[in-house]
Amino acid sequence: MNFDFTDDQRMLRDQARRFLEANARPREVLEGSEPFDRNLWEKVCELGWPGTALPEEEGGVGLSYVDLCVIAEELGRALAPVPFSSSIYQALEAVRSAGSEDQRRVHLPALASGEKIGCLATAEGNGPLNPRTIKAEVSGDKISGMKTPVADGDIADLAVVAAKSGGEIGLFLVDLTGPGVAREPVESVDPSRSHARLAFDRAPAELLGNAADGWRILEQVQDRAAVLLAFEQVGGAQKCLEDAKEYALNRYAFGRPIASFQAIKHKLADVYMATELARSNAYFGAWALNTGAAELPVAAAAARVAANKAFTLAAEENIQTHGGMGFTWEFDCHLYLRRAKLLALALGGERTWKNRLVSQLERRNIAATQAA
Amino acid sequence: MDFSDTREEAEYRAKVRAFLDANAEKREPGKLFQAKYGDDNLVPLAKKWQRKKYDAGFAGITLPKEYGGQGGTQIQQVIYNQEEQNYLVPRGVYEIGLGMCIPTMLTYATEAQKQRYAPAALKGDEIWCQLFSEPAAGSDVANSKTRALRDGDDWIINGQKIWTSGAHFSDFGIIVVRTDPSVPKHKGMSFFFLDMKSPGIEVRRIKQISGTSNFNEVFFTDVRVPDSQRLGGVGEGWRVALTTLMNERLAVGMTPPPDFDEIFAFTRSVELESGPAIRDSSVRERLADWYVEMQGLKLTQFRTITALSRGEAPGPEASITKIISANKRQDIANFAMDLMEQGGVAMGADQPMAGLFQEAMLSSPSGRIAGGTDEILRNIIAERVLGLPQDIRVDKDVPFDQLPSGR
Repeated sequence: MNFDFTDDQRMLRDQARRFLEANARPREVLEGSEPFDRNLWEKVCELGWPGTALPEEEGGVGLSYVDLCVIAEELGRALAPVPFSSSIYQALEAVRSAGSEDQRRVHLPALASGEKIGCLATAEGNGPLNPRTIKAEVSGDKISGMKTPVADGDIADLAVVAAKSGGEIGLFLVDLTGPGVAREPVESVDPSRSHARLAFDRAPAELLGNAADGWRILEQVQDRAAVLLAFEQVGGAQKCLEDAKEYALNRYAFGRPIASFQAIKHKLADVYMATELARSNAYFGAWALNTGAAELPVAAAAARVAANKAFTLAAEENIQTHGGMGFTWEFDCHLYLRRAKLLALALGGERTWKNRLVSQLERRNIAATQAA
Repeated sequence: MDFSDTREEAEYRAKVRAFLDANAEKREPGKLFQAKYGDDNLVPLAKKWQRKKYDAGFAGITLPKEYGGQGGTQIQQVIYNQEEQNYLVPRGVYEIGLGMCIPTMLTYATEAQKQRYAPAALKGDEIWCQLFSEPAAGSDVANSKTRALRDGDDWIINGQKIWTSGAHFSDFGIIVVRTDPSVPKHKGMSFFFLDMKSPGIEVRRIKQISGTSNFNEVFFTDVRVPDSQRLGGVGEGWRVALTTLMNERLAVGMTPPPDFDEIFAFTRSVELESGPAIRDSSVRERLADWYVEMQGLKLTQFRTITALSRGEAPGPEASITKIISANKRQDIANFAMDLMEQGGVAMGADQPMAGLFQEAMLSSPSGRIAGGTDEILRNIIAERVLGLPQDIRVDKDVPFDQLPSGR
């Protein structure tokens, strides 16, 4: 039994943390006009992070998904303003799980090296995503329709788009720099991560995987991304807890540090418990992702539900612990609040994932009953 | 990330499973052991079970061999606990004695005392209880007012203890008492073990909300205890008590059912307006929360095993398990009854899972208090895990007999 990171992975984590502490400046992107930190992205790519879990023969570094989870946790902790999750957890994973040999050969090395940025375009405005609500449509290898908000849609070279085709939902590769694509930035609650509205007008679209399989592939990709995002969320929650603790130890009121008041101690104990439950569920997700275990859909949904709760709670209570300074622009608390909500809605909201978790548990239960 | 046991761990787990398969019934949702804690017929069943464990080499897994233990590792203990959770076995009779009293004895008692008491406890022949809490010393257990006065080679104890699990069927007990009220409270206490059949001890059972009696009041009237039964120095009782309480945090774990498996099974069977309850989105939302908590605690235990096997300090599990599982149990009981609507008020064997949810609604409040309240456990997490400062203590340097006391 080794339900933790290896020594090598701990070393990777420490290196990643030091690197990001020195180089990640989400506030500059939040306040500036650039959609992401190009300089940081280039450095991250030089370090080979995007290709972490991809085999060397496909253009990656050939480490494991667990190593990628280590990096995800640090990216989340640092609120790294780069298109990592869109390009790697989602676009690269979609190509990896459903791409033809040609598609893999063309796109995987480009995404893994960071030469190209990818994104996953599914949402069409508010409301839950399901095969009935998707209106974008492909006919004759051309896609028309609208997708919004698309994380990193304004800066990506390549989109994996969910669209109707002959009554089924398929996933399609669309060159966002090509004809028939119009994109405009969307202001989001977290400007340190850019979002866009994509309008397709008969843009060339290439089928990814089987035509009738799109929804199933999309769910697989979402499961993988859910685990990786859960690590980003755990990283963010942990940082909020540390920041709140630090502030509470140094802020005096009524003649003593506020960290000595039970009202604060119990609040932080609650944040700690939520974060540890999320961490344990995320670890299980990492194991399932890494081994391709049949438990992945359950593990991914559980990791996501727990991580949503932990990061949201941690970000809110970090502000509360900071008192008035917590809701100023000047303090960093709001950066975590923004990111917590952004990550909680990426891939669909809490209700959707709780529902998905219970559906998977029902499925597993029926399978177990039939087997017995 | 690797869930597989090492070869030795796998062999040990297989041995544990073989023992449990041969001697106990597998647990299923809603199914409980024939006697629950507080039932009179539990003790003889528990005695038999403890003896079986002892004979098979699963009693006192981490305790030294020379005192009847197995000289095993903490990982083996965790593996045993994990496996035993899946079976219906008598619980509640030996946990305190073997988890708290005997480890304290092994730290502080004389060699002859260890030889005399530890093996008998591990075999299940003698049952131990822990006499700490008092009417005015609950969370603030160092506020103990029960007095011991020196009389030659003996001490004479007068006072009252409360919330003593199993006092009515225990043979021996460990007790913390005040031996010097003229010094601040943590400094004037001493620690003893005693025979529960000593003259002057009166045990009264406490009837709880649920109607069962898991706890007792214990009254001491001129109870004579030899000085040779003192554990630790005179005035050092608090330090000894801390050893015991640290063991308590490891001994107190998961709460009894209902847990996720029970509420999941129930929501699949009970019908609401439009089909099984589990189709209702408000039900699904709660199920998801409870699953994530249950699974999170189970997985956190795996992290603890990992830390132990690396020779590192145990993880946070010991401090978060009880808060989360006790609150979850209360929520699940309430929620299941709500799904029964007006019919939910009825108790008894005709109700789903033989009335388990109604019973748990009434008994679950105690789970959030006994063995460390939610509030004390949050303090422990805040202070020992997160490193936040202790609350300011107005009683720290004041002689005990000058402290104000309310009711």
